[in-house]
Amino acid sequence: MSHMDGPGIVIVGAGPAGIGAADVLVRAGLRPVLIDEGRRPGGQGYRKSDPTLGLSLGYARAANYKRIHAVFTALETQIDYRPETLVWSVDGRAAYLAERGAVVDAGLSYDRLILATGATDKIAPVPGWTLTGVYTLGGAQVILKDQGCSIGRKVVFYGSSPLLYLAAAQYIEAGAGKVTILDTTPFARKAAASLKIARAPSVLCNGVALLAGLKARGVTIVSGVSGLRIDGEDGRVAGVSFQAGRRPMRLDCDAVAIGHGLRAETQLAELAGAELAYDATFDQWLPRTDADGRAADGLYLAGDGARIGGAAAAELAGRVAAMACLADLGRSIDKAELIRLRTRRDAYHASQEGLAQAFAWPRHAFADLPDETVLCRCENVTAGAVRAVARSLEGVSDINRVKALTRCGMGRCQARMCGLAAVEVAAAARQEAAEALTYYRPQPPVKPIFIPEPALSEV
Amino acid sequence: MTSRRTEIAIIGGGAMGAWTAFHLARRGARVMIVERSFPGAQASGVNYGSMRIQGRFLPQLPLSLRAQRIWEESERLLGTDVEFRRTGHLHVAVDAAQQAKIERYAADALAYGLGVEILAPAAIRRRWPWIAPHAIAASWSAIDGAVNPRLVVPALAARLAALDVAVLQGRRVTGAERLGAGFRLETAEGDVIEADMLVNTGGAWGADVAAWFAEPVPMFVAGPSEMVTEPLPYFMQPTLQIVDGSIVIRQVERGNVIIAGHPRGPADALKMRARMPGAKTLTNLQRVADIIPCLSGASIIRSWSGIEGYMPDMIPIIGPSATTPGLWHAFAFSGHGMQLCPGLGAVLSELILDGRSETPVGAFAIDRFRQTQTVDEDYLRQEFDAGVVKA
Ligand SMILES: Cc1cc2nc3c(=O)[nH]c(=O)nc-3n(C[C@H](O)[C@H](O)[C@H](O)COP(=O)(O)OP(=O)(O)OC[C@H]3O[C@@H](n4cnc5c(N)ncnc54)[C@H](O)[C@@H]3O)c2cc1C
Ligand SMILES: Cc1cc2nc3c(=O)[nH]c(=O)nc-3n(C[C@H](O)[C@H](O)[C@H](O)COP(=O)(O)OP(=O)(O)OC[C@H]3O[C@@H](n4cnc5c(N)ncnc54)[C@H](O)[C@@H]3O)c2cc1C
Repeated sequence: MSHMDGPGIVIVGAGPAGIGAADVLVRAGLRPVLIDEGRRPGGQGYRKSDPTLGLSLGYARAANYKRIHAVFTALETQIDYRPETLVWSVDGRAAYLAERGAVVDAGLSYDRLILATGATDKIAPVPGWTLTGVYTLGGAQVILKDQGCSIGRKVVFYGSSPLLYLAAAQYIEAGAGKVTILDTTPFARKAAASLKIARAPSVLCNGVALLAGLKARGVTIVSGVSGLRIDGEDGRVAGVSFQAGRRPMRLDCDAVAIGHGLRAETQLAELAGAELAYDATFDQWLPRTDADGRAADGLYLAGDGARIGGAAAAELAGRVAAMACLADLGRSIDKAELIRLRTRRDAYHASQEGLAQAFAWPRHAFADLPDETVLCRCENVTAGAVRAVARSLEGVSDINRVKALTRCGMGRCQARMCGLAAVEVAAAARQEAAEALTYYRPQPPVKPIFIPEPALSEV
Repeated sequence: MTSRRTEIAIIGGGAMGAWTAFHLARRGARVMIVERSFPGAQASGVNYGSMRIQGRFLPQLPLSLRAQRIWEESERLLGTDVEFRRTGHLHVAVDAAQQAKIERYAADALAYGLGVEILAPAAIRRRWPWIAPHAIAASWSAIDGAVNPRLVVPALAARLAALDVAVLQGRRVTGAERLGAGFRLETAEGDVIEADMLVNTGGAWGADVAAWFAEPVPMFVAGPSEMVTEPLPYFMQPTLQIVDGSIVIRQVERGNVIIAGHPRGPADALKMRARMPGAKTLTNLQRVADIIPCLSGASIIRSWSGIEGYMPDMIPIIGPSATTPGLWHAFAFSGHGMQLCPGLGAVLSELILDGRSETPVGAFAIDRFRQTQTVDEDYLRQEFDAGVVKA
C-alpha cells in the first residue's frame, strides 16, 4: 500500500467532489489514493479534452473549470492518483480494481473510503430511442468534450434538464449546425421554481444568461413537449414527431440527445454498506448520509453520487466529507470552516430542488409509452413486457421480480440505463408509487470486468 | 385476522414446496402454500441451474434419477418451457487423485443404474477442443442437464393456480403448533391457518420450523458463488465441472456463460443478503481462464449468491418428523436441491398420501443427528469460507 505514512484513505472519483476531498486531506498532511476510471481528472462536467487534439472549447475556458483543474494540478504529486482504474467492488474494507481493463489480483485495503462517484444520465425512453444517431445527453457532451465531435449536423436535444440547455450551448459554441431544444416541462413551471433556484443566485443568473444566449443564437426552444417519437430511416434517425401543447409537430434531424437530468451512481455506496432511500425530489433512490456525508462506519459520500447538486455543491460536499473523515480519525478540524462549507453547499442543494421542479421527470408519460417501446437496450425488453409482468405480481411488488421474469435490466449495463424507467412503467401499470417497487439490487462488478489470461502455461 | 382451513399446509414456496404441492394437488389433496415473499424468491430462483446427477451421494441417486425423468417431461407438465436441456455434464480431472475419484464413482454408480463414460485426454480434446490440455481425464454423464431457475417456480405457481392450490404470498409464518389432530399456523400478517398436515419446505429457514416442534438440527447457512458473462457465441453444450468443484462453467443457449466456484461464502438469512466477495471473484475468474482459455477477455456483468441451508454431512433432511405425527420435513438441501425438486415433490406426496414410496429416502431422516455423527471437518473446511460452518 502506498499510504504507509498515515491512515489509508481511498477516494473513488476524480471529479469536483473527489478533488475537493483530496485537497482537504492533503492539507491535513495525508496522502490519499484517488482512483478514477477516466483517463484524465475533472469528472463528468469538467472533463478534460484529449490533449493531443489541441481543442479549445469554451467550457474549458470558464473560471470554475480552470480552478478545479488548478486544485488538482497542485495536488497531483502529493496523492496517489490512479487514472483508468475502475473500482468494481468493495467489501471487507478493500477496494477491488481493474486497471485499463485488467483486474488487479488483490484488493486495495483501506481504513476509510470516500465515494465521489458522480452521476450519469437519467433516461426516459421514447419510441425510437434505440436508433443509430440517438445518444444520451451526457454521451453527446462526452463526445464533444473529449474529442471535439458533434453527434450530428441537425441535433435535437430532448428531455428536461439544465444540462439540455448547457449541452446545446456547448454544441453551438463548438460550431455545430442546427440545434433544437425540446423540453418536456412547461415553461410556467420554470418561472414558478425560479425563487427556489435563486437560493444559489449564481445558478439562476447563469441559467438566465444561458437561455438569453441560446435565443440570441437562434436556437429553437419548445417547452411542454409530449408524446415524442424518434422516426428512423434505414435504422438511422431521420426526425422527431411530438406534440407541443396540443399541436402535433415534426422536425427533421439526424441526431437526438436525450436526458432527464442525472441519476446518481450509487452501486458502490450500497456495496460498501450505505442504505438507500427513495428521494421524491430527484425521483430516484439515494444513499442516506448525515449532514457531513457519513453513510456507514468508515464510509463517506460526496457529490452527485450522494445527492444531485451540480459541480459547485459537489466540490463543497467533497471538502465537508473529508473533514468528517479527519474528525473521525481524531484530527482537529476547523469547525467554523466546516460550517461555512456546509452552508454554501446547502444553498446549492436548495437551488437544485428548484431545478428539479423546473426540469421535471416526466412521471405521467410512462403510462402512455407504447407497449412496443424498448425499455432495456441490453436485453431488448419492451414496455409492454414489463407492464404485463408488473400487473401479474401478487403479494410483494418488487422491480427485481419484474427483472427476473422479463430480463429487463439483466444485461451489460445492469439497469443503470433503464432501471428508473422500468420502475415507472411497472409502477404505472400497477397504479402504485414508484417507491413501492423498491430498486434494483446491485451486485459486483459495478461495471463489467474481463476474465484474465490463463495463468497455467499451454502444453 | 383471517382464518383459513386446509388439508395440507406447506411452509415455503420454493421449488420443494411448489413441486410437493403440485404432486399432492394432482392427486386431489387440498393444499395451501404459505410463502414469506413470492414463489421462488430464494434459493430456488437464484441458483446455478445445474441438473447434475453424477457425483451425487450414491444413496441419493434413485431420487435424483426420478427427478431427472420428471424434468424430461417438465414442459408437458408445466405447460411452458423452463429451459430444461439435457446438456450432459463433464467432470474434469486435473490430477491423479481426481481421476481415481471419477473412476471409482463410475464403477459404483452402475449399481444404481447411472452409466457414465470415462474419457482419456485424446477423446476430451476431440469432443471439446476448448478444454485446456491439463485435463487428464473426464467423466461424461449424458443425461445430466440444466434448467433456468428463474422460470421454474413461477411456472409451477401458474400451474398450481389451475390446480386450485392456494398460494398465500407475502405471508411469513411466525409459529406453528399441534392443535387437536392437526396444526395451527400464524403469520406475521395476521392469518391463522388450520391444517390436518404440515409440510416444512422452508429452505434455509427450515430449521426454525423444525425447532418449533422440538427438533433442533445442526444446519448452517451459506451461499454458493455465481457469476455470469455477457452473451457470447454459443460454443459449449455440456456443463464443465472440475472434480473438486472448484469451478463449474456452463453456457446457456442465448450465449451467457454462467460460472460457479468454491468455496461457499457467508450468507445472511436475516437480512436476506448474500454477496460474492471480491477476492473470491478474482480466484474464480482465474480458474475459468485456466480450464477454458478461450473465455479470456469475456466480460463478467454480474456476480451473485443465494441463501442455502447446509447440513454438516452435506445431505438434506427429508421425511417425517421424529417428534410430531402429521409433520413432514424437506429442507437444507445443501447446495444441490434444484435437480432433486420434482422428484422430491413426488416422493413426499407419496409418503404423505400413501405412507410409503418406491424411492428410498431413509438416509435423509431428521433424527440421524441424534446419534453422534462423524463430521468430516477437513472436507467442510474446503467447502466453506472460514467462519461459515457453525459448530
Ligand atoms: C455527462 C455529464 C456532463 C455534464 N456536463 C456538465 C457541464 O457541462 N457543466 C456542468 O456544470 N455540469 C455538468 N454536469 C454535471 C456535473 O458534472 C456534476 O454535477 C459534477 O461533475 C459532479 O461532480 P462529482 O465530483 O460529484 O462527480 P463527477 O464529476 O461525475 O465525477 C465522478 C467521477 O467518478 C468516477 N467514477 C465513478 N464510478 C467509478 C468507479 N466505480 N471506479 C472508478 N471511478 C469511478 C467517474 O469516472 C468520474 O470521473 C454533467 C454531468 C454529466 C453526467
Ligand atoms: C446460489 C445457489 C446456487 C445453487 N446451484 C444449484 C445447482 O446448480 N443445482 C442444484 O441442484 N441446486 C443448486 N442450489 C441449491 C438449490 O437451489 C436449493 O437446494 C433448492 O432451491 C432448495 O429449494 P427450497 O424450496 O428448499 O428452498 P428455497 O427456494 O429457499 O425456498 C424456501 C422458501 O421458504 C420460504 N420460507 C422460509 N421460512 C418461511 C416462513 N417462516 N414463512 C413463510 N415462508 C417461509 C422462503 O421465503 C423461501 O421462498 C443452489 C443454491 C444456491 C443458493
